[in-house]
Amino acid sequence: MERRTIFPGIALPMLLVLPQLLLTVVFFLWPAGQAIWSSMTRADPFGIRTQFVGLENFADLFSDPLYVDSIGRTVVFCAAVTALSMGLALLLAVYADREIRGRGFYRILLIWPYAVAPAVSAVLWILLLHPQIGLVGRWLNRAGVQWNYKLDGTQAMLVVIVASAWKQVSYNFIFLLAGLQSIPRAVIEAARMDGAKGWFRFRTVVLPLLMPTVFFLLVVNLVYSAFDTFGTIQALTQGGPGKATETLVVKVYRDGVVNLDIGSSAAQSVVLMLGVIVLTVLQFRFLGRKVAE
Amino acid sequence: MATLLLEDLRKSFGSTPVLHGIDLALASGEMLVIVGASGCGKSTLLRLVAGLEVPTAGRIVLDGRDVAGLDPAARDIAMVFQNYALYPHMTVFENMAYGLRIRGLTRDAIRKRVGEVAELLGLGGLLARKPRQLSGGQRQRVAMGRAIVREPKLFLFDEPLSNLDAKLRVTMRAEIRRLQRRMGVTSLYVTHDQVEAMTLGDRLLVLHLGRPVQFATPMEVFERPADTYVAGFIGAPAMNFLAGRLGHGGSAVELDIGVTIPFADGRRPGPDGRKLTIGIRPEHVQPDPAGLALQVDLLEPLGSETVVIGRLPGGEMLSVKVAKADAPTEAMQVSFPAAHIHVFDAEAGLRLDATA
Ligand SMILES: Nc1ncnc2c1ncn2[C@@H]1O[C@H](COP(=O)(O)OP(=O)(O)O)[C@@H](O)[C@H]1O
Ligand SMILES: [Mg+2]
Repeated sequence: MERRTIFPGIALPMLLVLPQLLLTVVFFLWPAGQAIWSSMTRADPFGIRTQFVGLENFADLFSDPLYVDSIGRTVVFCAAVTALSMGLALLLAVYADREIRGRGFYRILLIWPYAVAPAVSAVLWILLLHPQIGLVGRWLNRAGVQWNYKLDGTQAMLVVIVASAWKQVSYNFIFLLAGLQSIPRAVIEAARMDGAKGWFRFRTVVLPLLMPTVFFLLVVNLVYSAFDTFGTIQALTQGGPGKATETLVVKVYRDGVVNLDIGSSAAQSVVLMLGVIVLTVLQFRFLGRKVAE
Repeated sequence: MATLLLEDLRKSFGSTPVLHGIDLALASGEMLVIVGASGCGKSTLLRLVAGLEVPTAGRIVLDGRDVAGLDPAARDIAMVFQNYALYPHMTVFENMAYGLRIRGLTRDAIRKRVGEVAELLGLGGLLARKPRQLSGGQRQRVAMGRAIVREPKLFLFDEPLSNLDAKLRVTMRAEIRRLQRRMGVTSLYVTHDQVEAMTLGDRLLVLHLGRPVQFATPMEVFERPADTYVAGFIGAPAMNFLAGRLGHGGSAVELDIGVTIPFADGRRPGPDGRKLTIGIRPEHVQPDPAGLALQVDLLEPLGSETVVIGRLPGGEMLSVKVAKADAPTEAMQVSFPAAHIHVFDAEAGLRLDATA
C-alpha cells in the first residue's frame, strides 16, 4: 500500500529537499551549464580572449577524423567490456545458483572486486601483465608471444578491456544471481519434467525469465564502460600507446586538461552528457516496465 | 499406462527423516490419493517419484523398471504443481507444446495434439494468451493440459486444487476424475483435503508424519479407520473421542462418563480394565430423551443440518450433527448407539476389532 505524508505549507517541504537540490545545483547543473557555455566559445592561442562561436565546436568535432575514430574505438571497447563482463558474470552466477558446498564463501570472493578502487585494480593488473615484472606478462614473453602492451596498441586495448570488465563482473554477478534466484524453482522443475535438459532448458526457460535483469544490466554496463572506466584506462595506459586506448572520456581529459583546448573538450563533454541522458532514460524505461508488470 | 511400485521408500533431509518407509503398489490406470496434514511429507513423496529428489533408501519401479538413477526427463512422468508452475513467458499453446517439442514431434503433429487437449479442457479460445492473462481456474486447466498432452506413463498431482475457490474446486475435482478415468492414466494424487481424498481416489493412503497409517478404499478408511489419527482426520466434523475401560469380560466398554456400552459386534481382546478410546462420529450420536445431558456451547448451522457443540456433565466436549428442526437451544440429551462406536486401544491408538 502507498503511504503519503502531506506536509502543511511550503516552507518545510522546501527546507527538506533543499540539501538535495543544493547538491544537484552545485555539482551538476552549474558545471553542466558551464560546459554548455564553454562548448560554444573558443579561446585564442594565447588564452587571452574567448569569443562566442555558436555550434562551431560541434561542427569541427564531427568533421574531425580523430574524433570519429575515437567514437569507433569507444563502441568497440564498450561492446567488448559489456559482453565480457556480463558473459563471465552469467557463467559464474549460474554455478553459484546451484546447491554447492562453500557457496557463501564463493559468493563473497566474487563480490570482492567491486570494492576495489580503479587505481588499485589497475596496479594489480600491471603486476600481472607488465612485460618485465608481471607474472603473466613474463610468462607470455617466455612462451614466445611478443607481449608488450605499452608498445602494441591491440594488446593495450585488450588489457584495458579485461581490466575494466573484471571490475564490473561482481556487480553483474550480484544482479544475475538475484535474477536467477527469483525464478520460481517449480518452473524449472516443470521444465525438467517436460524433458528439457541443460543448455536447451537454460535457453528456453531460464534466459527468457532473466531478460529484464539482462536488459537492465546492459544499460548499466554500457554507461559504466563508456564513462566510468576513465580511472582504469588512465592508470593503465593513459589512452596510449598513441591513441590506441583513447576512448571518448579519455579524449575529453586529454584535449581539455592536457592540451587545454577547452572549447572542444567542453563540446565533447556535452556530447557525452547527451549520451548519458539517453542511456539513463532507457534504463528508467526498462526499470519502469519491470516494476509495472 | 503403467504400474508403479514403491518399496520401503525413505527420505531424510540431512539428519531429519521425512519419509519412514513407504510401500505401495498401483495397478495400471488406478488413481491413488495420498492424504495427510501439511508437512507430513506428501510433496516429498511425489518429488521422489518424479525424480526431483533422490531417495535415501528404497526402490521406485515404474512399469517393471527401476527408475532410481534416472533423470526426471527420462522417467516419462508428468506433474501438476500446486501453484501450476506454468512458463510465464510462453503462451498457453507454447506451454502445452513445450514437452512435445522436446520429444521431436513435427509442427503439425504438435498443433493437432495441443488442439485436441485444449478442446478437451475448454481452452480452445485461450491458446494465444500468456499465463498472467488467465484466471486461477484457467491456469489450473493449462497445467493439466501440459501434463495430459504428453500422454505420460504416470500423472502426479500435488494439491492441484488448493489455490482455487471452493466452488471451482468442486467442479475441477469432478473434471479431474472424469479425465483420469477417460484417459486411464495411472495417477498419484496428493492432498490435505479429506473431501477431495474421499471423492477422488480408488484407494487412499493416509500419511501421518512420514509414515503410512492406512491404505484402503475411501469407504473402508471412513468406516474402519486404522487408528485414532485417521479416525480424527477423515470425516467432518471430526469424530468424538471418549475415554473408557474394557469390562464385562471384554464384551462392553465402561466409559469414564459413567455409561456402559455393550459391543454390538463381539468381544475385544485384553483383560478387563484395559484402557480404551471410543470414537463416535457426530452424525451417529443419537438424540435420546433418556440419555446423557449435553450443555450446548455453540451451534453451527450447515443448512439442512446443524452441528451442536456442547459439554457432557464431566466437561468432555462432544459434537452432534442433528437435523435442523431438532437443533436445541440450551441443552439436549444424547446416547451412543452401540452399532456405531469405534474401539481403539488407548495407548497406541490402534483400532481394536472384535475377536470373532
Ligand atoms: N529441501 C528440503 N530440505 C529440508 N527439509 C525439507 C525439504 N523439503 C521438505 N522438507 C521438510 O520435509 C517435511 C515434509 O515436507 P513436504 O513433503 O513438503 O510436506 P507436505 O507436502 O506434506 O506439506 C517438512 O517438515 C519440510 O520442512
Ligand atoms: Mg506439499
